[in-house]
Amino acid sequence: MAHEAPASRLVFHMSATERGGSAGRSDLMFLRTALLVLKKDFAIEVKTLEILVTTLFFAVSCVLVFSFAFVKEGQAPPDAAAGILWIAIAFSGTLALGRTFERERYAETLRALLLAPAPRPALYVGKLLGILVLLALDALILVPLIALLFTAPLFARPLLLLLLLAGGTVGFAAVGTLFAAMLIRSRTRDVLLPILLYPITVPVIICGVRGTAALLESPPDETTAVMWLGILFALDVVFLTLALWTFEPLMTE
Amino acid sequence: MSFDGAQDGSPDFDSVRLVDASRHFGRRRALTKVSLTARAGDIVGLLGPNGAGKSTLIGLLSTIVAPTSGEVRFGNQLSRELGAALRQRIGLLAHELYVYPELSARQNLTFFAQLYGLNADAVVTPALERAGLGDRGDDDVAGFSRGMRQRLALERALLHHPRLVLFDEPFTGLDDSAVRVVSDRLRRLAGDGSIVVVATHDLDLADGLVTRVAVIREGRLIADEQASTGLRARYRSAIGGA
Amino acid sequence: MKKSFVPLAVVTALLFVIAPILIARAPYESEMLLIQKIFYFHVPSWVAMYCGLLVCAVGSIWYLFKGNRVADRYAESAAELVLLFGLNGLVSGPLWARKAWGVWWQWDAKLTSALLLWLIFVAYLLVRKYGGPGSEKLAAAVGIFGAAVSPFVYVSVNIWRTIHPKTSVVPDIVKNPAKGFAAPLLVSMLAFVLLFVLLLMVRVYLAAHQDALDELYLAHED
Repeated sequence: MAHEAPASRLVFHMSATERGGSAGRSDLMFLRTALLVLKKDFAIEVKTLEILVTTLFFAVSCVLVFSFAFVKEGQAPPDAAAGILWIAIAFSGTLALGRTFERERYAETLRALLLAPAPRPALYVGKLLGILVLLALDALILVPLIALLFTAPLFARPLLLLLLLAGGTVGFAAVGTLFAAMLIRSRTRDVLLPILLYPITVPVIICGVRGTAALLESPPDETTAVMWLGILFALDVVFLTLALWTFEPLMTE
Repeated sequence: MSFDGAQDGSPDFDSVRLVDASRHFGRRRALTKVSLTARAGDIVGLLGPNGAGKSTLIGLLSTIVAPTSGEVRFGNQLSRELGAALRQRIGLLAHELYVYPELSARQNLTFFAQLYGLNADAVVTPALERAGLGDRGDDDVAGFSRGMRQRLALERALLHHPRLVLFDEPFTGLDDSAVRVVSDRLRRLAGDGSIVVVATHDLDLADGLVTRVAVIREGRLIADEQASTGLRARYRSAIGGA
Repeated sequence: MKKSFVPLAVVTALLFVIAPILIARAPYESEMLLIQKIFYFHVPSWVAMYCGLLVCAVGSIWYLFKGNRVADRYAESAAELVLLFGLNGLVSGPLWARKAWGVWWQWDAKLTSALLLWLIFVAYLLVRKYGGPGSEKLAAAVGIFGAAVSPFVYVSVNIWRTIHPKTSVVPDIVKNPAKGFAAPLLVSMLAFVLLFVLLLMVRVYLAAHQDALDELYLAHED
């Protein structure tokens, strides 16, 4: 066995100051990677607020278009508010997903992320968290807007509404992040994403809409809303598990 | 050929081998039965016309692309046996540069430093200096010229002192002084024990820089030899004749 | 082609001959009389579709995680059969509804769930066709998610439908089978499932030969 020249060994053992701290524990590394990705996306977004502002405006236009479609003589059909809220979230969410991954496509930085020694599902989680924050901010504007336009008592049971929105956006984004990532190299990604996403997330939409509609009744039907919430959370668990499981094989070429 | 665990626990190796590696996409043959070995201290020039399969070969070496048949061995281990930690030892610079134009140079380097488990405070500023961007560190990359981006991308790729350095067409769009800087860097890396693989279609640049020459044409390795004088002529004969 | 193909084809043909006889001799359902008998064609179509769904999902998992190309062929072929048998069900359903109750589409829970699942597997095929290189893996993900979501589709659509009850228009024939309904139904279901298996074998055979051609092409200059 040839004796290795000391020089070739030295360089690759980086000094302690150069190496970071917690290189070891894998679960810490998972969380750290996810948060790094989130922080990076946040740093990019904060400079121009491009995705946030454009998807927000799109969501608002969505609401208006549907309003003109459904409102008759100044009255919307019952439950329209619930439906329109979730459609606006779904549509603007799809746009946000496309734009977020377009950023990773531009300089092929997704490849650089996959090249890092980080566990790949952690990259997925980091991206997912970013989308969730975006959708949460969307909902923050949409909910009061819709409550106003349709005189809908959306704030009657705020906690339940919050849980429904959380459960729904997690379910939608869990599938959406995975599909948007895997379509990144596809020429037809813009149209394929909705084609794949909408049928699969229909149960999420149903649970969200019916749950919200239950809360809009007078008095609010809490039992029904909680039932829908239960189905929604079960669905979220299934989607998240599947996504984490399939992310790595989908990302390798 | 051995590998030893470096202090941070990630696997180390001093050679990388392709053993009859092939990669095809449907009916399109990108690489066919390529066998190639590169050792520490080598600067392997991967030469060939456009579309020959150089980028695919680099992809196989980086573990981003999996071979449809054959093996890629690091030391004596397969990439799949070594796991994600293997990527700590690999650095890739490709044509697309892999830097976020919306972020500043410093932010880019900090992000990748942290992603690789490095102490950002200690490594980012020296890297900026080496890239000649010390005073532009806080400017967004979107405003950089191609040459500046290239220098930044170079530092990004080498931030974690990779054992295997892969460069895919690193000289495109660079002026002479920039080319010299990159070439010197590659020589230094090889001198320090890195395995350097450079894919390029620029023969003049490769001449004098590379220690080994591997010629790829239509997905096949048609020449693999020590570099010597008359690179251009030998290349022409290899490509023209085969 | 597998050795079992011909005997299987014979058995299936026999079943398709026997089934109409049994159906003709089955008693009339009280409300819908003759029209109800489309049920013996409609329900087995769904059964065959769900078989396809299952095969596609299992094949997709196996392909995605083990890289098994044979599994991918089964998945793709099964998805095409989901399209075919699903189309059967989606056409026979509204035809039945129209003749029996005067309306083409009632957002019936079963039909709506089936439509959704059918759409998911149409998306599977669209990804394969238009997704560009590497789209087999992407489609595999769609297949897996499609199968995983199917119970949720059924549950949520069902509750969605019944929480505002209109008169249930699909009599629960399966729940309360009068004597004489079971035999033709079972025979029809068996016939359709076997037909599914036959078509799957043919389609996989075709795909295997296409892959063999690709491999020969690739090996050509070696």
